Amino acid sequence: MSPDLLYALAGVGLCGIGLAGFLLLDHLLRRLLAFNLLGSGVFLVLVGLAQHRGGPDPVPQALVLTGIVVAIAATALAIVLIRRYFHLTGRTSLADAGDGQS
Amino acid sequence: MRRLLVLVSLAACTALTIALALAVLVAAESAVVSELPQQLAASLGRSGVEHPTTAVLLNFRSYDTLLEIGVLVIAGMSGISLASTRSLEDPALRSSDVLLYALQRWFVPLMLLLAAYLLWAGSHRPGGAFQAGAVLAATGVLMRLGGLPMAFIRPGVLLRLGLVLGFAVFLLVAIASALAGEAFLAYPPGMAGGLILAIETVLTLSIGMILLALFVAAPVSAEHEPEEGGGS
Amino acid sequence: MAGLLFTPLAWAALSLLLDFRRGRWLSWLGMLIQVLVSLSLWFAVAGGGGFFYALAGWEAPLGIALRVDGLAVSFVLLTAAVATACGVHAGVYLDPGKSWQRYFWPLFWFLWAGLNGVWLGADLFNLYVGLELISLAAVGLVALGGEAAALRAALRYLFAALLGSLAYLLGVALLYGQFGTLSLTGIAGVVGATEPAAALALLLMLAGLALKTALFPLHGWLPPAHGIAKSPVSALLSGLVVKASFYIAARLWLELGDRLGSQLLAQGLGALGAAAVLWGSWRAFRQPYLKQVVAYSSVAQIGYLFLLFPLTYAVAEPVSRLAQQGITLQVISHALAKAAMFLAAGNLILSVRSKRVDALGGVSHFLPFSLFSFGLAGVSLMGMPPTGGFAAKWLLLQASLASGQWWWIAVLLLGGVLAAAYVFRIYRASFLEDSVSDDFYHPPKTLEAIPMILALLALGLGLVAEPVLSVLALPFEVAAGVTAVQP
Repeated sequence: MSPDLLYALAGVGLCGIGLAGFLLLDHLLRRLLAFNLLGSGVFLVLVGLAQHRGGPDPVPQALVLTGIVVAIAATALAIVLIRRYFHLTGRTSLADAGDGQS
Repeated sequence: MRRLLVLVSLAACTALTIALALAVLVAAESAVVSELPQQLAASLGRSGVEHPTTAVLLNFRSYDTLLEIGVLVIAGMSGISLASTRSLEDPALRSSDVLLYALQRWFVPLMLLLAAYLLWAGSHRPGGAFQAGAVLAATGVLMRLGGLPMAFIRPGVLLRLGLVLGFAVFLLVAIASALAGEAFLAYPPGMAGGLILAIETVLTLSIGMILLALFVAAPVSAEHEPEEGGGS
Repeated sequence: MAGLLFTPLAWAALSLLLDFRRGRWLSWLGMLIQVLVSLSLWFAVAGGGGFFYALAGWEAPLGIALRVDGLAVSFVLLTAAVATACGVHAGVYLDPGKSWQRYFWPLFWFLWAGLNGVWLGADLFNLYVGLELISLAAVGLVALGGEAAALRAALRYLFAALLGSLAYLLGVALLYGQFGTLSLTGIAGVVGATEPAAALALLLMLAGLALKTALFPLHGWLPPAHGIAKSPVSALLSGLVVKASFYIAARLWLELGDRLGSQLLAQGLGALGAAAVLWGSWRAFRQPYLKQVVAYSSVAQIGYLFLLFPLTYAVAEPVSRLAQQGITLQVISHALAKAAMFLAAGNLILSVRSKRVDALGGVSHFLPFSLFSFGLAGVSLMGMPPTGGFAAKWLLLQASLASGQWWWIAVLLLGGVLAAAYVFRIYRASFLEDSVSDDFYHPPKTLEAIPMILALLALGLGLVAEPVLSVLALPFEVAAGVTAVQP
């Protein structure tokens, strides 16, 4: 097993942890962190798997860089929304407002 | 009930992880040979930069990068759209730490220098606009925490111009090449290197500004948007 | 051609520098340009066939190519029509006095750019970036104004959208890891019959896209977001945004599904779609708020779209084509009808100053025009002749019969009846006279005209379905696209 494949498998592990966190955590910031963990896992799979097939490959590296920027933009927007939501309602999760929406 | 839900979710995540790991192994085993690496190596000379990742980002797949900057601009302006109108500066968030202030005098110039280096390095080794912009934004965050005045971070026309400048210049180059009769985003021969550096420079400024604006955009505006049909 | 992508981006940048009122004039000009360019591209493709356009002068797989075919240009044209209607409506509807409304126009244009990018996209990673552009712009539009309820809905929407995008990207990572290319046609060319890793990748991508399309039972984020947004924004979100992720799912399925899919997956997706039709319609019938009714109706109508999967898997070529045409018509007619419905609902809410259904009593005397538009759009959703909704369901009905999957017919019929139920509930409420209030506000004529035009388009679609569908079936020639069309 090459180290590149090990990166990809570590990425798979991160995806699993991130997904579990995303589904199970109610606190908005924790959920956002879980999203970032999941994102890092996906990026590791993208680079590791491609690297395994033919050495360092600049295409997935560039894709991951683009992906990171998109993830940062989404994270930053989410934090701004969460901060304002917390400021207005004092809540840190979406669950406890309970309006019966399924 | 809740306990059961947690268990089911955990079991699903574990199962998915195992399936994914198997899929990664299978995909690695049955990888198909593609001609992409050869194409890339053959075209690198015409891309205007030496570093292949930068060549992919700003030449071969520049459309992705253009849209990615668009995503950043969206996040930035959504951030400032939620802020109060007068000023984004909140004195309560400033700290007057003596140590921080002393450090700052060393760090701010160094970080600016580092940002400039990263930008320049992007053409032939790891580095580039986003890394430089992130360092620039970090400098701004440090300055803000230390209480240095930053009058330019106001949701005025100057801030909006700063947010969109990098995107606009990138777009202008894209459209100019189309008006000259080539494909959109195609650089004129021989000018690719210079244009890429110019685009990266303005992008650095804009990325730094967007990230900083998102950090600073916190205070809540006093105005309210009534819901549709509100009041009843 | 690529002006379709770059005009919205340029307009987004320009309108960010202007305030709401000046941005409105600029945007209206931009909409005119977009409509004209979309029309000319549509006629160019209708006359000369589809082509690939290599961006930046680099052919795929090294660069990013756009796939300009009959389906893509039809959706580009649809987007131009619906977005223009929403934009004109928004220019009158939104309050220019609020400082944050200036951000409406740049977000609107980014959204448009993302939509056109997705319709024309042929590169898996580029589609991901396009999806994120759409999602973040849509979330920004929902959150605009920043009230707590809007933020709650926006956050829920954002989290769902982000999870969906990452699931999609994970699938892309697996596909790239195995096939070393990002071009969808390139992958379709090399994929074999039994590829377990690629099959999991397809499953992940479809699951992520289904979440973003709000397929039952992953639809929880949609009603709050579409209900709380301003009406023109809701119209954009329901009419166009959810279709973008479905469009990618459909493209993936039609290119790769025959080898990577399975009967179980196809029937499963169809069953979820059927459940969405029934559950969404039932919930729509029970909602106390007008816009929630319309939002749940979207959940139901999206359900029909997922009948594409069972009706194109392992069936004869002509049957598959029938199903594809039916789904395309359903996308188009739902986009038109639902946009009309949301805009009309916005007018009704503006008029009675309440968003509750039971506050509509007596409004039939004062706002018959908007109410009529609402009803016309409803007729298309029910699938009565001669509307576009009827033509779509008729094609799906034929495809179900021809492929021997008779059980979908029950869904199609029952869905129509349930749609009639929730539309007539609104009508009944508006004709009730027991309400004492006669204090109605009259919205400007422009606001009333736009939903009517959209509803009439949805109605007329059934009559012109033949020529519309003929463009979709155009031969696609793989030519060097750069020289083919230059606006």
